[in-house]
Amino acid sequence: MGNRTSLYDAHREAEAKIVDFAGYDMPLHYGSQIKEHRIVREDAGMFDVSHMCPTDVTGAGAQDYLRRLLANDVAKLAEPGKALYSCMLDERGGVIDDLIVYFLAPERYRVVLNAATREKDLAWMRRQTAGFDVAIEPRDELAMIAVQGPNARDKALTALPAPVAQAARDLGVFYASEADGFFVARTGYTGEDGFEIMLPNDEAPAFFAALQQAGVSPCGLGARDTLRLEAGMNLYGQDMDETTTPLEVGLKWTVAFEPEERDFIGRDALAKQREQGPARKMIGLVLEERGVLRPHQSVHDGELSGEITSGSFSPTLGKSIALALVPAGFGDSCQAEVRGKLLPARTVKPPFVRNGKARI
Amino acid sequence: MSTIPEDLKYTESHEWVRLEDDGTVTVGITDFAQESLGDLVFVDAPEAGGSFDKGDACAVVESVKAASDVYAPISGEVVAANDRLADEPELINTDPYGEGWLMRMQPGSASELDELLDADAYQQVVAESD
Repeated sequence: MGNRTSLYDAHREAEAKIVDFAGYDMPLHYGSQIKEHRIVREDAGMFDVSHMCPTDVTGAGAQDYLRRLLANDVAKLAEPGKALYSCMLDERGGVIDDLIVYFLAPERYRVVLNAATREKDLAWMRRQTAGFDVAIEPRDELAMIAVQGPNARDKALTALPAPVAQAARDLGVFYASEADGFFVARTGYTGEDGFEIMLPNDEAPAFFAALQQAGVSPCGLGARDTLRLEAGMNLYGQDMDETTTPLEVGLKWTVAFEPEERDFIGRDALAKQREQGPARKMIGLVLEERGVLRPHQSVHDGELSGEITSGSFSPTLGKSIALALVPAGFGDSCQAEVRGKLLPARTVKPPFVRNGKARI
Repeated sequence: MSTIPEDLKYTESHEWVRLEDDGTVTVGITDFAQESLGDLVFVDAPEAGGSFDKGDACAVVESVKAASDVYAPISGEVVAANDRLADEPELINTDPYGEGWLMRMQPGSASELDELLDADAYQQVVAESD
């Protein structure tokens, strides 16, 4: 038996197919992954993401610490409530994890770490605290539910306690609010509008039920994966890890090289790579023929070869799509090796889908 | 819990076989197989007129999760294939023993039919692979 979130019984009740994910017993789907995918693109679905690890970074040195720890610059967060996506790098510029950091109040930040990298991340973060007045505290007592889709915010607002809804109603994109023990952020991992909501574990089952009452459908990790792939979002451990830098995997926009005097971990390695030009790049692929692109399949442009890191069927496009890590000079058209056959694939710039609409 | 109809025959690789009145057999994949695969997105069904030996890979069913070969449960000629699966692969998910059938075969030998598993024996296979 794996770890269980506070919503495990609710998943069983909703007839979820449960699978192991990063040591947690999590719902893969509740009947049909494709149906759940469409619900999020067209209406409102919810994901239990309580296996993820919200961690508070507090203290007089919190800002200075995070400006050293993260490749993106938390000094950009001028207003309390504002959030930022960033990679956490090692000295070689390799990605230890990707995360969202929320600026809650002066001297108080929250980062949300991936479940699979939790122990590694916390050990790294604690090791970097030397010389900073800062405390690192994982918030294991919090559950986390992502409510996503064009109708997600409206439906979630009806299920939230009145003061919480009041605080969350007018949140801008990538802003968060706190009220009555609830943390509501207008963030997500699907390419749709919505909220990510943290609340105490013991209140989570009742809130999950309230969301169901409000017409929000439970969705599993299967749909979460096809949604994020359509949205062109990397999955840590699959599309990137310590052997890749943000510049190679399409995340250059998340690295704040300015101001020049900010000495974040990995800066020297990235600056050098930026100057020389990265040897690899991340591309999007669309398969025009029948078949499904899968991780680890090889792609060839006639001269150079690369590898698919994420590939699946896109329910929105009705064809297969993928992210692939290829040499910098890789061509615009290529062939993917799918079950022993070479099939033509088109190179595109992700995202494939945003806000319910095809982008390629 | 997956459905295993009493009146069908089965293989260890999760195909089902129904003996029809005219001596042909209808072939598909079991409820357990479709459930394990999840939502199907492509089916490469066999073509009518082709023939297979028992155990040959005769079709590919591909889900969001994985691609899987389907093996001919008996030797013989394909007399009909389910053309609807090209546009509606989900029929295998919604009705694996009915509208989700894959192909109809003319058996080459009667004895191969006797070698197939009955529902109880297949239940055992499922219990062991679950």
